[in-house]
Amino acid sequence: MTLPVQLLWLIPALPLLVAGIGALTRHRGVALAAIFAMAGSFVLSCLALAGALQDPAVHATYNFAWFDLGHGTLRLGFLLDPLTALMTTMVTFVGTLIFIFSLGYMKKDENFSRFFCFLCLFAAAMLGLLVANSLLLLFICWELVGLASYLLIGFWFHKPSAAAAAKKAFITTRIGDLGFLLGLLWLADSTGSLLFFDNGHGVLEAATLASLSGQTLACGLALSTAIGLLIFCGAIGKSGQFPLHVWLPDAMEGPTPVSALIHAATMVAAGVFLIARVYPLMSADALLTAVPVHALTVVAFIGAITALLGALIACAQNDIKRVLAFSTVSQLGYMMLALGVGAWSAAIFHLLTHAFFKALLFLGAGSVIHAAHHEQDIRRLGGLRTKMKFTFASFAIGMMALSGVPFLFSGFWSKEAILHAAHEWNVSHLPLYAGLCAVVLTAFYMTRLVAETFFGQPRSHGADHAHENTAAMTAPLVILAACAVLLGFLGTPYWPWLQKTLDPHYEATQGGLGLMLLSIGLVGAGLGLGWWLYGRKLRATAADRDPLATAAPFVMAALANRLGFDELYAATVGRLNTATAALAAFLDRYVIGGLVTFLAQLGIFSGSVNRQMDEANLNGGFDAVSESVRETGLFYSRKQTGETHGYLRVVAVAFVLLFLVLALGGVR
Amino acid sequence: MTPLHLCLLISTALFCIGLFGALARSNTILVLLGIELMLNAANINFIAFWRYGPNPAAANGMIFVLFSIAVAAAEAAVGLALIIAVYRHQKNIRLQEATVLKG
Repeated sequence: MTLPVQLLWLIPALPLLVAGIGALTRHRGVALAAIFAMAGSFVLSCLALAGALQDPAVHATYNFAWFDLGHGTLRLGFLLDPLTALMTTMVTFVGTLIFIFSLGYMKKDENFSRFFCFLCLFAAAMLGLLVANSLLLLFICWELVGLASYLLIGFWFHKPSAAAAAKKAFITTRIGDLGFLLGLLWLADSTGSLLFFDNGHGVLEAATLASLSGQTLACGLALSTAIGLLIFCGAIGKSGQFPLHVWLPDAMEGPTPVSALIHAATMVAAGVFLIARVYPLMSADALLTAVPVHALTVVAFIGAITALLGALIACAQNDIKRVLAFSTVSQLGYMMLALGVGAWSAAIFHLLTHAFFKALLFLGAGSVIHAAHHEQDIRRLGGLRTKMKFTFASFAIGMMALSGVPFLFSGFWSKEAILHAAHEWNVSHLPLYAGLCAVVLTAFYMTRLVAETFFGQPRSHGADHAHENTAAMTAPLVILAACAVLLGFLGTPYWPWLQKTLDPHYEATQGGLGLMLLSIGLVGAGLGLGWWLYGRKLRATAADRDPLATAAPFVMAALANRLGFDELYAATVGRLNTATAALAAFLDRYVIGGLVTFLAQLGIFSGSVNRQMDEANLNGGFDAVSESVRETGLFYSRKQTGETHGYLRVVAVAFVLLFLVLALGGVR
Repeated sequence: MTPLHLCLLISTALFCIGLFGALARSNTILVLLGIELMLNAANINFIAFWRYGPNPAAANGMIFVLFSIAVAAAEAAVGLALIIAVYRHQKNIRLQEATVLKG
């Protein structure tokens, strides 16, 4: 039994229905409805996946007309291929587990049902984004997930920091989305269609791609490169890539299940998905030699910078969620790097494994925060290993998967695939070196995180009184931990099932054993360095100085301050914005306002002139006319005496006169 | 002296009597009677001009008079109702005193 592509809309429709219900009622049963809707969507996604796997090379589409516009018809559509099916299955599965976790985490929140309403809205938009066969439909859902993200980051809007973080996330991603929108319009203008696949007329099909890459712009770029880079702007914003990564760590102000679902597993991966989806467009210029830059080269370098930058900053953060947030930034950089070097199936492989182990890590962090009475500072946690056994075990599995501990854990295989692809890239080896550095740093900061959080002595009241959470919160952790281990075996170099399913042209890389050994060595180095600095001599009190901060205070202070990106943006973009706003205010208040005041005064003056004219001249004439009418009326009313005999007398006299006239001279 | 002249003389006399009654009487009912007399003088003229006119076969003069009588009956009904209303208002029916509607 499979799900035909015509019914693919059911997958996003189920959560959307619950979101609609949740908007109308405050009943707590909305949560259960949400979980059932997500589970239902998961079942439908599995059916769709079964259908897509029957023939992985086929792009099944269902297009329909939305409305007529001018001389053309705007068409939307749904697309079912292994990429869509795998992504929807992942999103619904992780989503269901996180919904269940939220049941426990948000139990005491007064806006419990509203939280699930927003989560469902997010899930519906995210699934709509995945099943879209039209860049326009994808863009609509893209903006909707941005809205849901805004609502959920600012869910505790009474906290000023949460409200500010929500605003920052929304505005920062909007900068990228502007580029995306421009690219979309340009693409629609030059091809006349926004459908991905449309029987040979879609924008991702050979004929259109050939015409797009054949046109050259004034600056020497191919048209497809320019459009691809504009669309990539949207992915930079949404996936937290350098230089728009600043919003993602602040987004941790939202409830932890939100961080797990939106800001680790699904929404931030939407940018990677977008580039993977339009990969034929991005790579259309690959065979051109005369162009100054290829679109994918930019993607690779942005990804490499982000991977290294995120990992560096993560080493110096003290908030458990912020460490994970910068780790997410870094891992998303890895995925972009993989896309850039041409291994888009490896990028999706890493996206899937990352979704599971990062959701696991965030839910583990949520479990810790919930148990430790909202203590998030790792310097003030500690000693939770014995108090929270399930959380510790699953968190440790997630940590090893993220660090890339060899052979058993999924992160190792997906990262291997990316590093191999980067090694084979013939443009430059710099992304490979950045990726290898990030491998060491990832293992290092995750060791630090686990050592500080779970080992040693509890260093605050909250950590001292922590105890394991209920089954609603631990069960998703255990399931995700199992996935974080098992999923890696779908894409090993010895059996690259996932890569072959996604990309029928995939060829398994031969050799590369040396690179694998090198990366194993680097993971070991990172873990060892972490243990040497943080595990050997455990922190005794929250006030102890960080060993690294003692060794290199200036570097660590800069990293803890996130290399000053926020300050830089505040001093440049922020100040420019303030100056523009002041100029606009001045123009509005004095130039436009002055003009309006002048016009108003002119109106008052002409009104008073008019009044003078009216009272002095016009009124006199009208008064004279009405006075004479009144006089005439008075004169005749005196003739009406009310005496009937008088009237009769007049009639009689008139009769006699008439008779005389007729008798004497009238009628012959 | 043709019959037509005779009829016209009678009708003129009747009209003058009616006019005098309407002008000279102060009792409203008698004024109404005078008006009826004038109306009937006109009716006699209708009949006379028809009967001694060029085409006595057509019944148009008689039909006209029938209408006139119907209108006179309606007028009498309205007039009597007005007289009753005036009586209720001023406790008599003297026409000279009914001058409330003067200008």
